[in-house]
Amino acid sequence: MKKTQKNGYLRVGLLLTGLMAALILLGMVWTPYDPQAMSVGPKFAPPSLRFLMGTDNFGRDIFSRVLQGAGATFVIALSTVAIGAVCGTVVGALTGYFGGAVDETLMRLNDALTAFPSILLALVVISLLGPGNKYNVILALGLVFIPSFARVTRTAFASLREVNYVKSARLMGASTARILLVHMLPNTLHVLLPALTIGFNNAVLAEASMSFLDIGVTPPDASLGYMLSEAQSLFTAAPWYAVGTGGAIVLLVFSVGLLGEGLQRRDKGVV
Amino acid sequence: MNEELVLSLRHVTSGYHGGGLLRRGPYQEVLHDVSFDVRHGEILGLVGESGTGKSTLARTILGMVSPDCGEVVHFTKRPQMIFQDPYSSLNPAYTVGWILEEPLRIYGKYGAAERARRVGDMLERVGLPEECLRAKPAELSGGQRQRVSIAAALIQRPRFLIADEPVSALDVTIQSQILALLKALRQELDLSYLFISHDLNVIYQLCDRVLVMKSGRIVERGTVEEIFEHPKEPYTRQLLSAAE
Repeated sequence: MKKTQKNGYLRVGLLLTGLMAALILLGMVWTPYDPQAMSVGPKFAPPSLRFLMGTDNFGRDIFSRVLQGAGATFVIALSTVAIGAVCGTVVGALTGYFGGAVDETLMRLNDALTAFPSILLALVVISLLGPGNKYNVILALGLVFIPSFARVTRTAFASLREVNYVKSARLMGASTARILLVHMLPNTLHVLLPALTIGFNNAVLAEASMSFLDIGVTPPDASLGYMLSEAQSLFTAAPWYAVGTGGAIVLLVFSVGLLGEGLQRRDKGVV
Repeated sequence: MNEELVLSLRHVTSGYHGGGLLRRGPYQEVLHDVSFDVRHGEILGLVGESGTGKSTLARTILGMVSPDCGEVVHFTKRPQMIFQDPYSSLNPAYTVGWILEEPLRIYGKYGAAERARRVGDMLERVGLPEECLRAKPAELSGGQRQRVSIAAALIQRPRFLIADEPVSALDVTIQSQILALLKALRQELDLSYLFISHDLNVIYQLCDRVLVMKSGRIVERGTVEEIFEHPKEPYTRQLLSAAE
């Protein structure tokens, strides 16, 4: 493997993602003010050293709320990706490895599902499960994310099916589960890891869109998307509210996006 | 050499249908009425140009493809195979130590200490230094990788090994080292080989008996001396003159 170029994407991505994760973890145990407490300051106070992102119409500290909201968004996105990646990889591994009619059928179904915008599909699932619950949002988005992971992993597993070291493992008498998990899975990480980061970002954005459309989380849970929809109605009075929450979403997506790009470049031999 | 058999093929015919998912294409015969035995302790060469069905034959013997007619009878357990391309036959995600130990873990009859002992022993037999255990396949040369492939194939102690063009991706000097190693291991570990190659020089160096294959049929068979000194078939003569 060539190790010539420096992989700035990976380093900066790791740094930023680490920083964001640290802030989010911090927000789970400590915030400058109680995020739910009203009138911790004056209403519509602009950003200052006391209130880093200003205050909203109830006099709540927006920075504290963003820290907590980012936590909710982070947990939702992570759980969504976990569901999508685990189920998608199982489907992709089995169809890619065995091929045949089941593979064809599942993949055409997959094509059909991917043809719909994911938000629309999530909307359908939410309307079946009932809105307003964080867990339903996770479940809906998780289900919607399965096909994309299945597609990516199917291709990777199918390309490894006839590789000599897999043939050898079969000859040695390895079980199918062992071949898939131990022999093949580590060699699909170069596609799986970037897919995880892209999936995470899509989940953040999808959750934000859903909450913005009022089919996502509802109070007392507050995600960044929910806060952004709140901020919209207050835009003229407190533009810093929208800028703060929107900025947090952008920064989160940007950091993880850089990480994903870095991982893809690493696969091409850049370190 | 005694007449005990390790493998017997009787009238093996194999082929496939072309075409796609919905329509069956015409039947393409790849192997036609192939019969031969591999005797205990011998190195049987299988020679022919590329596309004559040599690899399909290997896959059929190992049960990766089932024959349409005829039968394949194994008299030994778990035959193993060495592949042509030493780059794709070793799992790039793991170290050599892991790769060599994995067949024993799959076999599941030895504890960790016994596995390590067997790995060390096999590493020595194929002439690799102990440092190799911690290396990933990407860090090794082509010849070293092929040594690791051989070690991995032999660590379950099979009695019969199929080698499909095992040296044709290697430099000539490395080729003769690997051939010498295979020859030595046959004695040490009491092995029998089916050695597939398009290269008659390699076959001449290594094999006891030779099968000449053309278009899925075995057109001539005999000892190395018979085939190289007194070829009967025009196709064999053609191969020989091309090799000179």
